[in-house]
Amino acid sequence: MADLTLRVNGSERKVSVPPETPLLWVLRDTLELTGTKFGCGAGLCGACTVHVDGNAIRSCTTPVSQVAGKSVTTIEGLSANGMHVLQQAWLAEEVPQCGYCQTGQIMSAASLLAKTPNPSDDQITQAMNGNLCRCGTYERIRKAIHRAAGNTAGSGGKR
Amino acid sequence: MSPISRRELLAGGIAAGAGLVIGFYLPHGNESHQDSFSPNTYLRISPDNRVTIVVARSEMGQGVRTALPMILAEELEADWKQIEIEQAGASTLYGDQTTGGSASVRTTWDPMRKAGAAAREMLISAAALTWNVPRSGCTAESGCIKHAASNRSLSYGELVGKAATLPIPTDVPLKQSKDYKIVGRRLARVDSPGKVKGEATFGIDFRMPGMKYAVLSRCPVIGGKVASFDDKESRRVAGVSYAGKIGDSAVAVVADTVWGAMEGRRVLDVTWDEGPNKDLNTAAVMTSLKQAASKTGVNLFAAGEPAKVAGRHISAGYQLPFMAHAPMEPGNCTADYRGSKCELWAPTQVPQDCRDSVAQAIGLDPDQVKVNVTLMGGGFGRRLEHDYAVEAAQVSKAINAPVKVIWTREDDMRFSTYRPASLHQLSATLDASRFPAGLTHRIIAPSISGQKGQPVPNGVDPDLPDEAGPVYGIPNYSIEYVMAETPVPLGWMRSVYALQAAFALESFIDELAIAAGKDPVQYRLHLLAKDQDLPYFTTTWKTSRMRGVLQLAAEKAGWDKPQPAGRYRGVACFGCFSSYMAEVVEITMENDQPKVHRVVAAVDCGQVVNPSILEQQIQGGVVYGLANALRAKITIEKGRVVQGNFDDYSPLRMDETPSVEVYAVPSQEAPTGIGEPSVPPVAPALCNAIYAATKRRIRALPILS
Repeated sequence: MADLTLRVNGSERKVSVPPETPLLWVLRDTLELTGTKFGCGAGLCGACTVHVDGNAIRSCTTPVSQVAGKSVTTIEGLSANGMHVLQQAWLAEEVPQCGYCQTGQIMSAASLLAKTPNPSDDQITQAMNGNLCRCGTYERIRKAIHRAAGNTAGSGGKR
Repeated sequence: MSPISRRELLAGGIAAGAGLVIGFYLPHGNESHQDSFSPNTYLRISPDNRVTIVVARSEMGQGVRTALPMILAEELEADWKQIEIEQAGASTLYGDQTTGGSASVRTTWDPMRKAGAAAREMLISAAALTWNVPRSGCTAESGCIKHAASNRSLSYGELVGKAATLPIPTDVPLKQSKDYKIVGRRLARVDSPGKVKGEATFGIDFRMPGMKYAVLSRCPVIGGKVASFDDKESRRVAGVSYAGKIGDSAVAVVADTVWGAMEGRRVLDVTWDEGPNKDLNTAAVMTSLKQAASKTGVNLFAAGEPAKVAGRHISAGYQLPFMAHAPMEPGNCTADYRGSKCELWAPTQVPQDCRDSVAQAIGLDPDQVKVNVTLMGGGFGRRLEHDYAVEAAQVSKAINAPVKVIWTREDDMRFSTYRPASLHQLSATLDASRFPAGLTHRIIAPSISGQKGQPVPNGVDPDLPDEAGPVYGIPNYSIEYVMAETPVPLGWMRSVYALQAAFALESFIDELAIAAGKDPVQYRLHLLAKDQDLPYFTTTWKTSRMRGVLQLAAEKAGWDKPQPAGRYRGVACFGCFSSYMAEVVEITMENDQPKVHRVVAAVDCGQVVNPSILEQQIQGGVVYGLANALRAKITIEKGRVVQGNFDDYSPLRMDETPSVEVYAVPSQEAPTGIGEPSVPPVAPALCNAIYAATKRRIRALPILS
């Protein structure tokens, strides 16, 4: 067991867990932040995506000891009221079906927009290709990212 | 309108059977609801004007928590903004609550409409009595009853006290579709805000005080058992509190955290009795299907006598592999066993089956088991199984504490149930104009229900009547089913047998069109030219409606216009779950592999309840169908499922996803299924496009094998 201090969604949180525990399970089980999802446990699906110091990472393959002292942002902390411009766009485009992967999708998209405020279709594909959705919402995800970037005309299908 | 006692209706409703129950009953026993107006099991209106609609089907992404209440709210003349949704758990009030077979809207369309209309008529009567005016002068509108002559209005909440004293009408007038204000609109889904905020509670997110976590080590060989196990190392892992056998073929490891349970399982030492399937492999399974093909099957559909037709003969065989559902949320369930009762929180498509199976497994009566239905991260048929619920109850009983059983992705991939592998033998005899005068389709596949020990009347797997019907008005046309057997666990996967049947038939029709030197769309339209009824079990397929979707898809795709250089198209049409579907797929070939750019989908599913949800279902079905066509394949080696995670069983990602255009034939017919019908035409339309591009005919899926 290791006593670690994490900074999660702006608050300091102390946890006592085996240091190799993936960040995902510390967030979900210890800190009760269940918006971050378990999909594959192998960094293949992106359902567990959170930000560490602003970068999108897969929390299912990141040992919690690696993020001690760093700033972790989960879907619960993406915006003060759950109405980040991407979350609004996700609602406007009616993206979610089952919704299970969508928090990870939004976290990946938020990292993209933070670095590339007006991404092209290719840049969206590149940033989002690690996030799986079995309901097949990709087309609406693309539209929602364009909408959030201020391009409400959508992608126009130029790929 | 004749009054009838609520008790009588309850009894009558249950006797009426699956999915058609209106189930009027006395108001809820729940104290907090005793002042409410609750004319039936689906609806409750409180004096403070809260309108609660109960959804008795499971939300797995297909939009039932929005679509079903829309149907009731329409007839109720409710204000959609005042509607609250309540998810029903396993109950005896709603008939069969199984969520599958693209059935939720089509089987609750009538009961939900009648429930809303009955309440509306009672509220109108209550207002008329309150004001002492004739009923005919009162109208229901946006959650109020209005009396235009005196310009008076009362909210539904203000009327519930009076309404609750009135007899429940049975023969209520239903609205005309032209008057719809809610049904047919792109209303926002009620479940979306929680899902984008991370607040939605899926099964895996449920927690309760004192809850432990469990993962199970299951015998990797199909049908194998636990011989012995040593948990010494497991118990050294931080937080591990228990390890024990669950059933014959698994050992559970319980811990304070998911990670602890996973680590405990990793070091668990189990000796397996591998049983009779330890040498089973995919080749042997396919050989057994080929051997079964020589058996005489049962006729599913028979018109004329295909065997007696003379002319040019063409035949071809097709083959499909096992496939896995792979929903994003792995299997899980929370159970709290307390001696004489057990409560579960289950992401399930079959709450009643979970209740009954759990009761049997842990020695309780079904009414001692309570099943709450959570949101689920995809279903696709995987959650028609009760396995994870039974495990959770067994573990909770073993440790005498609440526990959440979690499956890892590898557990889900390797210990799932799979879409049956199948073989298809197609043959046709062409007439002088090179159209099929005779056609036979033999489907050789194991029976899902048969393997599970469920009834298979007359040798016909009970799913085939929804999924393997005739498409064309061919004068001599037979569809035959040959039941094969396999030890590989089988399950119902999105569109079930329709995927196989459509791949074979619609690839073969394309082969015939090519052999005839005719355009694939025109060739199909010729076979649909005459208005014909094709009776098939309880559905009557209409060539006119299939022709309608095919024409619509071809027109929207610009089929009659030439393609840019390097772009190729394929088409397919198919009907299942009483809906008609046609799709045109546009591709280029890159490094000898297809890249799908555009799919144009046309559907005739009767009255559309919510066009946005319809579009979601069709876009999603196409993406699911593409993954099935391109890569989905579960293989067996040494009795074990080979694939384990999203690297070797790889769903579609964004870079492979085409733009999907959705067009619905305007219709006021009763709604039919929409969750599954877009899946089956994808594979044949894509393979037909690949043929157009390469002159290479794909007769076995997956394409990229």
